[in-house]
Amino acid sequence: MKTMVVVDAHETAGFWRQYVFSTDHKMIAKQYLAISAFMALVGGLLSYLIRSQLAWPEKPVTGWGFVGPDAYNAFVTMHGTIMVFFVAMPLLLGAMGNFLIPLMVGAPDMAFPRLNRLSVWTLFVASIVLLSSFFVPGGASPAGWTGYVPLSDVPAYTGAFWGINLWLVALALEFASFLMGGVNFLTTAINMRAPGMTLWRLPLIVWMQVSASVIFLLSVGPLIAGAVMLFLDRTFHTGFFVPGKGGDPLLWEHLFWFFGHPEVYVVALPGFGAMLEIFSVFSRKPVFGYRTIVYSTIAAGFLSFVVWAHHMFVSGMDPRLAAPFSVTTILISVPFAIIVFAMVATLWRGSISFETPMLFALGGLATFIVGGVTGIFLGSEAADIYFHGTYFVVAHFHYTLFPTVIFGGFAAIYYWYPKMFGRMMNDALGKLHFWLTLVFFNVVFIPLFLLGIGGAPRRVYTFEAYNFLKPLQPLNVIATYAAIFLLLAQLPFLVNFAWSLARGKVAGRNPWHANTLEWTTDSPPPHGNFDLQPVVYRDPYEYSLPDSSEDWLPQSQPAAPAVAAAAD
Amino acid sequence: MLSWLPQNVSTFGGSVDSTIRLIYYIVGAWFLATEGLLLYFVLRYRRKQGRRAFYKRAETIRQAAWVLIPAAIVLCLDLSIDASGASTWRKVKETLPSNAVQVEVTAQRFAWLFTYPGPDGKFGTPDDVTILGELHVPAGKPVELIMRSRDVIHSLFIPDFRFRQDVVPGRTIDAWFEATRPGSYELGCSELCGDAHFDMRGTVIVHDAGDYASWLRKTWRSAPAAVQNLSGAAKKG
Repeated sequence: MKTMVVVDAHETAGFWRQYVFSTDHKMIAKQYLAISAFMALVGGLLSYLIRSQLAWPEKPVTGWGFVGPDAYNAFVTMHGTIMVFFVAMPLLLGAMGNFLIPLMVGAPDMAFPRLNRLSVWTLFVASIVLLSSFFVPGGASPAGWTGYVPLSDVPAYTGAFWGINLWLVALALEFASFLMGGVNFLTTAINMRAPGMTLWRLPLIVWMQVSASVIFLLSVGPLIAGAVMLFLDRTFHTGFFVPGKGGDPLLWEHLFWFFGHPEVYVVALPGFGAMLEIFSVFSRKPVFGYRTIVYSTIAAGFLSFVVWAHHMFVSGMDPRLAAPFSVTTILISVPFAIIVFAMVATLWRGSISFETPMLFALGGLATFIVGGVTGIFLGSEAADIYFHGTYFVVAHFHYTLFPTVIFGGFAAIYYWYPKMFGRMMNDALGKLHFWLTLVFFNVVFIPLFLLGIGGAPRRVYTFEAYNFLKPLQPLNVIATYAAIFLLLAQLPFLVNFAWSLARGKVAGRNPWHANTLEWTTDSPPPHGNFDLQPVVYRDPYEYSLPDSSEDWLPQSQPAAPAVAAAAD
Repeated sequence: MLSWLPQNVSTFGGSVDSTIRLIYYIVGAWFLATEGLLLYFVLRYRRKQGRRAFYKRAETIRQAAWVLIPAAIVLCLDLSIDASGASTWRKVKETLPSNAVQVEVTAQRFAWLFTYPGPDGKFGTPDDVTILGELHVPAGKPVELIMRSRDVIHSLFIPDFRFRQDVVPGRTIDAWFEATRPGSYELGCSELCGDAHFDMRGTVIVHDAGDYASWLRKTWRSAPAAVQNLSGAAKKG
């Protein structure tokens, strides 16, 4: 065993170097977590304003005031932008990826710690730019999170000249941040693995983070080109997307969705990764079909690049394109079905215990199935004629992103909190948080499916505009009450998080008796992560081996204990 | 759940609904089976004293078949959905019936304008008639919409017809439908087009064949009133 590379003496550094401009991947992960938590509060507040206007149209919203049509469109736009780019990605990739990849592959830090610091601070600046767009003349962008042109292109159509410019700048900075992050993730996972940590011994969440990074790196280029063209159109009147100047509005849709659809998998895969780790640990069983899951993930990654036009069936593109894109879209259900079946099969004949992380992982799986099956309606070109642009779409993508980002994210936080902060979170409060979140999430979004089947178009300021929507209004009221309770249901989590920092039970190195490398070091791990360079002897999910006295066997342990020998 | 679908009064709406229904039953069955199995495993295999989990990695194809075979069934069902969807799509979006009644649709923030040829039967001549917010069509005859936008992307949505088509500035997009029953049906815009997007709506009025002919004659006679309507729309936009 060779000794650890000594990283600079960080613990003695001053406040600024230790907490603000740190190069330690674990501190950077906490910074990502803080950014995503703050942005989630903003995104959650926006959903409260949106839902209140829908339930009680044109009445002042309690605690806020009147929401006009322009403000409504801006809130919807910013809710989507914030939740996808400033909550989901910082939480699942920024925080989880940063914290876990070096610890799980047995590395002292990321491959490029300073680049890592630059990426989190770029995201911080991006967040400030995005939030500042609320306060410029004309307000934040009301052009939808997809920013369809020419609405977002010609300033006269929205009146939000600076709002949309800042929206574009914020997105550009966000992309730059995650490009740097992705390079770091890939290099670390490929080059800095501990001796013995072959690719086939990587924990699945590392596979998922790496796959997500590759998908992001390959798909974001066209959208960056599109964003630059849109910015030039807005500021120098170049007309890339303006028909009167030889531009084409459909070009933007192609560029946006070429990135936009793979982006769904960029945030979904790390959520699946967290669930897989947790299913294995809390059912004391190896993940069912590790390699099958990896191959499925890679297949889904490839397929994700040839499905984008399913967002454009009725866009006016050549209708002959619809059938091939419908086939690829519906085909992508196969690798995801395999992953879901493998998750269910992991539970089969397990020894399942229901601590909070496991509840959130199970809740995420159960609700993701709804999102998965409803996607078939939208992937079918014929059914999409009717469902496109309705609340069915809104309900569907919330049923894919909420399970992976929110349930998956909470599962990860409850599970790795002891490693991150050295203390356990309170399990009773955690369970309360889970059940309230599960119930109210479903009560928000099941009515939205019904609204969509009833034909209700999304991004409509008030349902009173249409006679056929008026009888559906009670569904809106139900969904809004549930949304308010869903937001309030997050209070036990905030209390638990803060209280446990000071008063939580001290965790020790390995409170869950898990096999992967992060559990072999101190909680929280010191700068540099491991006292000695860990060496890996086996696969990550060797739980309940028949000939072993313990029901777990760490990756770094040379041999299985034959008799009852404590292993910690 | 599908009882929430609005009535269908177009000839192709039934095909769209049957594709929706096919998907509903297939994914409904999968949904119940998967959630049922998940719930059963969670309850059946909860931790009990003295019972150890079953060590099974499923690294061989034979073992992984437990998930691969269901996935292969998913694949077959996917292909059946694709087949149904493709045939419905061809009918709705890839074929344009001949002998259709032609109407020009102009979308502008935030109104729908419908233009009919005058007695000469040609578009683009001075006797054309443009009507704001009301699309009059005969029942039992295919109607071809020649769609253009003056500003941003809009989308014409008629829920009762299962009709939806984006209207893109710089392009002319042809679409069609055939209504089966006289009556009055709502139409709207389903692509965000600005602050009054929610208010960009109108009505389809389906006449029976005889009424349609007399409505058209009456409209030709009172054309100046319709033009007045149009200038009202311009002010609104």
